[in-house]
Amino acid sequence: MTDQTAPTRATRPSSFNDEAAKKRLRKRNAAERRFKFYGMAAIGVALAFLVLFVFSIGSQALTAFSHHKIKFDLPLTAETVAPEGVGDTAAIAENVSGFYQLVRENLAERFPEAAADGRERELNDLVTRLAVLPMARATAENPGRIGETFAYSAALSDDLDLYLKGAVAPETRFKSGPVTDVMRTLQNGEKRIVLRGDGAFDRIVSEQAALRSGEGGTILLQSETSIARLIDSSPDGVSVELLTGDLAGFDGPRADVRVIPLAEDARNVTDRQIAWTLALKEDGRLSRGINWALLSNADSTFPEIAGVLAAIVGSLFTMLITAMIAIPIGISAAIYLEEYAPKNRVTDLIEVNINNLAAVPSIVFGLLGAAVFLNFLALPRSAPLVGGLVLGLLTLPTVIIASRAALRSVPPSIRSAALGVGASKTQTVLHHVLPLAAPGIMTGAIIGMARALGETAPLLLIGMVAFVAEVPSGPTDEATALPVLIFKWSTGAERAWEPNTAAAIVVLLTFMVLMNALAVFVRRRFERRW
Amino acid sequence: MRPMTTHIVSAFSEELEHLSADILRMGGVAETMIDQACTALVTGDQMLADQTSEMDDTVDAIEVDVERRIMRLLALRQPMATDLRAVVAALKVASELERIGDLSKNIAKRVAPLAGADVSSAIKGIERMGHGVKQQLHSVLDSYSEADAELSLKVWSGDEDIDQHYNSMFREVLTYMMQDPSLIGAGTHLMFIAKNLERIGDHCTNVAEIVHYQVTGTYLTSSARPKAPLLEG
Amino acid sequence: MSETENTRKDTLISQVTVTPSADTSGYATKVDCKHINVSYGDKQAIFDISMAIPERSVTAFIGPSGCGKSTFLRCINRMNDTIESAKVEGQIFIDGEDVNSDHIDPVLLRSRVGMVFQKPNPFPKSIYDNIAYGPRIHGIATSRTDLDEIVETSLTRAGLWDEVKDRLTQPGTGLSGGQQQRLCIARAIAVSPEVILMDEPCSALDPIATARIEELIDELRERFCIVIVTHSMQQAARVSQRTAFFHLGKLVEYGDTETVFTNPSDDRTSDYITGRFG
Repeated sequence: MTDQTAPTRATRPSSFNDEAAKKRLRKRNAAERRFKFYGMAAIGVALAFLVLFVFSIGSQALTAFSHHKIKFDLPLTAETVAPEGVGDTAAIAENVSGFYQLVRENLAERFPEAAADGRERELNDLVTRLAVLPMARATAENPGRIGETFAYSAALSDDLDLYLKGAVAPETRFKSGPVTDVMRTLQNGEKRIVLRGDGAFDRIVSEQAALRSGEGGTILLQSETSIARLIDSSPDGVSVELLTGDLAGFDGPRADVRVIPLAEDARNVTDRQIAWTLALKEDGRLSRGINWALLSNADSTFPEIAGVLAAIVGSLFTMLITAMIAIPIGISAAIYLEEYAPKNRVTDLIEVNINNLAAVPSIVFGLLGAAVFLNFLALPRSAPLVGGLVLGLLTLPTVIIASRAALRSVPPSIRSAALGVGASKTQTVLHHVLPLAAPGIMTGAIIGMARALGETAPLLLIGMVAFVAEVPSGPTDEATALPVLIFKWSTGAERAWEPNTAAAIVVLLTFMVLMNALAVFVRRRFERRW
Repeated sequence: MRPMTTHIVSAFSEELEHLSADILRMGGVAETMIDQACTALVTGDQMLADQTSEMDDTVDAIEVDVERRIMRLLALRQPMATDLRAVVAALKVASELERIGDLSKNIAKRVAPLAGADVSSAIKGIERMGHGVKQQLHSVLDSYSEADAELSLKVWSGDEDIDQHYNSMFREVLTYMMQDPSLIGAGTHLMFIAKNLERIGDHCTNVAEIVHYQVTGTYLTSSARPKAPLLEG
Repeated sequence: MSETENTRKDTLISQVTVTPSADTSGYATKVDCKHINVSYGDKQAIFDISMAIPERSVTAFIGPSGCGKSTFLRCINRMNDTIESAKVEGQIFIDGEDVNSDHIDPVLLRSRVGMVFQKPNPFPKSIYDNIAYGPRIHGIATSRTDLDEIVETSLTRAGLWDEVKDRLTQPGTGLSGGQQQRLCIARAIAVSPEVILMDEPCSALDPIATARIEELIDELRERFCIVIVTHSMQQAARVSQRTAFFHLGKLVEYGDTETVFTNPSDDRTSDYITGRFG
């Protein structure tokens, strides 16, 4: 019996142990694994790009989020600070030059060689004029401080800040051998300072040779607060030019050597400025801290004191107007279209147009805003009011589409149930459909708002790109928005705008992430099952 | 009646067909029993009489089988309307046929006591009556298999003839017994045989009523049926 | 056959009588439908249906899918109004009032004609609010105590009170399928309707829950006129006193349930209930 049944079974195509079937199965499993791998690879590539983006922006931004400050102890003399009288606080707050004078005097006192060499300007550039503004304001608020000594930290100039952060050139640092002798000589009719030390300067010689064969650069020697620039070198002695401090400082100890592989005229900081900064650092007057100014200041032409606060406030006012336009109108339109509108040619046309509107490039909305709101309605330029109106129109289709989808996802059985107990159409919508659709609608609205928050092009066209140094106090004030600020900073000429731009991007991204998180939270929290 | 379309569940149709085939088989056996019992009576063939008695077991077995399958059908298929009527009809017809089988067996059993008795003229009457009853059963089974309400109605009203036959048989046997008291034993048997045949006729009428209900869905009430007046005295 | 025999047979047949089945003729007509035609766009769904539905009884609508039984049911509380393309012609009288006339507002009509749907569809609110919603919007209850009373009686009548009295504030969607459907029935009867329409109320329930609902329907029959659409012929047979068979938008047969299920007069009905359709 078994002999007879065995061959029949083997010829059956669906047999589990058939060789051909096994082969087919292997092939199918391989295809399945391949398909899974493709998917994982795609996700991997996407993730890699995301990580790259976050890393590059984040590392740049980190530079901007901390900065260097110089500590000053400034005697607030009434004649300098309040020439108009101690009582006139408004004048004190505006008296930037007076306060700046204190800073200049302080620096000149510390580095008398600058005046001797006629390089006061170079020295003064260590601190931007406007960096004293907070001090002026603080004094104006509390005039009793006049006559006292004000301990104030002013932001270091952006270029020097970048130098200290190592962003100017890849600096090499090492120590020389012990200096045994310091002497002044006259060589070829020029006064020279020569440092001597047996075999102390081998490395300096080779570094200088490298600089000369390359694009040039500077070698600085530092011994505590004394800093000199290398002129010529031999293994046993170097001739230098003293930039600050006194020569005696070099006698004895090993000197710190800095090789800056960038010619002085190729960078924005002079050798002297670097020397002064390093001397201040040696004094303990230079400190690195979190750059709160970036968040608390308005925009400025000086990167070291420029901040995003005005842009954040401008964006908030803009978003407020956007929300007031897009959300109520969007939801109302969605409810009408989904629940009340008859299905005919007209509503089809409206639906198609809403979908098209969502795909219209945002710059077109900007043109519309400029034409209608600025030229026709004569609303103020550069104001969050107009920006909000334009972004509101831009967001409207998104909100309508999202709300309609949310309303559609409410099961029809709920509507039947409400109608069945005798609720009117409006009662059905307001009591039952809308509460169930609310999480979806809110999610859509928040995502739409997040998109509007990141919108730049339409704001450029309605003039919100204007330079705004004051935090706006209302939706009709001149203002700018975060993405516009980013755009503006990214076009800034100075190197320091680069990390600032990255920092502003991080701020914007933080807001976006927060809004998206809120959307997810709203959806999770209020989602109801039926 | 219009031609039956088959059920969507074909097994249901098959079961119903099987059921009616069994009923007809059972009816055929019962019919043979009547026929053979009467023949045995006329010819005094004891073997044929015994054979007839044994056939009752077949009828009983079929009835049990039919009943079991109807229970199953009711539980599993939940028949409705015409199907429900067909199933209920089959159940009732089966029990009627079973009774007919019993009565035929009873007639066959009376062949032995009647052997040797000189009642040939009365037996002729029994034979005629048996033929009529058999004809009734045959017709009613035809009406069942053909779902013919007309025919069943004819059988139903035809029972009057059987009743009249019975009345005349009763009178005849009574006369024999009065004339010759030695025939009282045989006469009594003959009287029972006639009564049995008359009962079979009644069962045929019942079957006719069932068939009529199955086909038309309306009840025939026995009170409306024409009956021969009972013989007095 | 002789002349006399023929005559006798005729009289015999005329004497054949039909035993009357469970009688609903004693009840007055509650809903009287006259020449109802319904079409969706160009497609006609209901063809000239007239029928009288008795009060205090259960009337079952049976028929194959798409035969128009649900559509016809939805005419009675004008739920077809919510479908844009639907066009209803004819008259439906409830206690002599034409529901399709202009002065009857469908919202008020639906408080008199409650509806229970195929899928249990409680509102995603508390059990209490599910019941209280109807009385609230119709202004039936004026005070909180009134409302409490309505909720309790409705749930009691729906046989759900004992099961849910301790969790009235919990969501109605948390109940089991059968309980949800009974909640929906309670919600329907909370506005004291006169007619309750049920559109396949047990099709989503298991047999035990179905039996509970059927028992409930049988109890509610004492107070309401109930019309039930069902796919289950056994259910129609079990719960209804009158049965209407619909086919292709037409009312094929309408009569006492017992008659329809034992001796239908129309071949199409017979074919459908014996499972010979197609």
